[in-house]
Amino acid sequence: MSAAPPGPSRRALLGAGAAAAAGLMLAPGIRLVELAQARGAGEPVSGRVRWGLLIDANRCASGCTACVDACAQENGLDSTIELRQRPQWIRKVELKELRTGRTAAAPVMCQHCADPPCVDVCPTGASFKRADGIVLVDRHTCIGCRYCIMACPYKARSFVHEPLTQQKPEVPRGKGCVEGCTLCVHRIDRDRSPACVQACAESEHGAMLFGDLNDPSSEIAQRLRATASTALRADLGLDPGVRYLGV
Amino acid sequence: MARGAFARKEGHVFWLLVVAGLLAVAGGLAAAYAMEEHGHSISGMSNQIVWGLPHVFAIFLIVAASGVLNVASIGSVFGKPAYKARAPLSGLLSLAMLAGGLAVLMLDLGRPERLMVAATHFNFRSVFAWNVFLYSGMFAIVAAYLWMLMEARMNRYAKPVGLAALGWRFVLTTGTGSIFGFLVARQAYQSALLAPMFIVLSLGWGLAVFLIVQSAIYAWNGLQLPVPVQTRMVRLLGVFVAAGMYFVIVYHLTNLYWARQVAFERFLLFDGDVYPSLFWSGYVVLGGIVPMAILFSPLPRGPLSAVAGSAFVLIGAFAQLYVFIIGGQAFPLEIFPGYVATSSFLDGAIDSYAPSLPELMLGLGGLGIAFLITAAGVRVLRFVPQDDFGSHPAVVVAED
Repeated sequence: MSAAPPGPSRRALLGAGAAAAAGLMLAPGIRLVELAQARGAGEPVSGRVRWGLLIDANRCASGCTACVDACAQENGLDSTIELRQRPQWIRKVELKELRTGRTAAAPVMCQHCADPPCVDVCPTGASFKRADGIVLVDRHTCIGCRYCIMACPYKARSFVHEPLTQQKPEVPRGKGCVEGCTLCVHRIDRDRSPACVQACAESEHGAMLFGDLNDPSSEIAQRLRATASTALRADLGLDPGVRYLGV
Repeated sequence: MARGAFARKEGHVFWLLVVAGLLAVAGGLAAAYAMEEHGHSISGMSNQIVWGLPHVFAIFLIVAASGVLNVASIGSVFGKPAYKARAPLSGLLSLAMLAGGLAVLMLDLGRPERLMVAATHFNFRSVFAWNVFLYSGMFAIVAAYLWMLMEARMNRYAKPVGLAALGWRFVLTTGTGSIFGFLVARQAYQSALLAPMFIVLSLGWGLAVFLIVQSAIYAWNGLQLPVPVQTRMVRLLGVFVAAGMYFVIVYHLTNLYWARQVAFERFLLFDGDVYPSLFWSGYVVLGGIVPMAILFSPLPRGPLSAVAGSAFVLIGAFAQLYVFIIGGQAFPLEIFPGYVATSSFLDGAIDSYAPSLPELMLGLGGLGIAFLITAAGVRVLRFVPQDDFGSHPAVVVAED
């Protein structure tokens, strides 16, 4: 007769051991997933990620400005000067197809190109692209020459024509500097989606999808794989991170 | 007698002109300060037309600065004595206009106080960054060239340094043209033709400035330009104007060849705001046909015809640059081909631009800087063309 009770404890031990071994093997992978989704302060941006947007013009409601309003709120864009000079990081474009008369609408913002012309032309290197594909302007080295605005095929950048007050601490801006959509980089770095995308979802239109274009399992990558999408000014070959459906 | 009266008050007139130049510069600085203080909201520029009237002045001055050096090149490099005598004045004008143009460009920046950033941070993929080196190199090379020309011991080096300056200014104007030529997104630009077009235009604009300044200096000193020199320079200007027009015509025809550019060309040449009238009346008629009629006229040429022809060329230069720079931006980008687009950001819309007073003052300030440098240089140093009067019996020194 064996005094020791059979089974469970040994099984538990083996199970725990297997779990620990699996944990050790999987941990780096899990760590990578974490890196891809959120970064701690001071950690570098991962080039394995490429953030992007998919905008469905079929779902974007004409006249709805939820995304535009959310952007202004999030980034403190409360200018009252004339529209020609007012910064607009995202704008709602109403479209009418010439041949058919079909109408559509879509937001247009910085397209976060893989080969951004604004970065090429910037004399001081203030326009730059992060490793994760977000195109930004360094407010400390922008001299306000506006060459990037001239070079952008999407008219996605604005020049700050007026003195600024009441800035948001997370979104530094500057009179005399050029600025544009940051894809809400301050939110992305905290594992949140851009304000426009959240507002669009809350308005129940769901016309904007945000995610990692490089992750085959992400919803955006799957949608792009399943459906033909359009890159604006595809003829220029800039590989924008923002894609459109229905235009 | 009139000459004697002028000689008596010549000093006063000179200082009056200096004061006028200083006032223009002060006005430009005040405008730059106002734009720095209030932002560019006090300008007519927008997020669509981001380069406005100051850039018309700046690019005119920089392009003409390159072209005016052609006079020196013909003298030093190609060995024409009549031009050799004019080489120092040509170099001085080049430096003066380059300084004026760069000052306008710099003071129009959103953050002009960050000049040091521009001088220490370079992105070598940027044509602008290349231009920082091209402009500063131009200053250095023209200054060295002037030294070779004006210091007797160094004269023997004038030819190689002049050759270097000739090469440098071609590269510089190629750089200026490429600022626009590399803008693939915009219908108005994105053309490899722009670099050679700017070089050819620079020759005409530079020579026109030179002839006006030269005529003024000769009149001031009661001298008359030798007729053969006058005739040759005036005809050369006519040839440059014709060559410039040829390039402008080819540029527009190239645009028309591309189906998607037709709407833009129609806007620029026929139905868009002030631009068609500026193009046809300002550039083609006043800046092209009229000066060519004056410059190629078989009638005897006096200093007046050189000045009038040159002045018309300069009117055409400003009209052409205004149409090219501002008209080129006023037309909307075509982001959604096949659609009519509208938005609060002027998508699909033509932006209406009206230059503001500060912009004009800033541009005139640049001209003021160029004028003051020229006036001071001519007054203090030997920049007046030193013709060998003996070999030109046609020269007469006007009597008192």
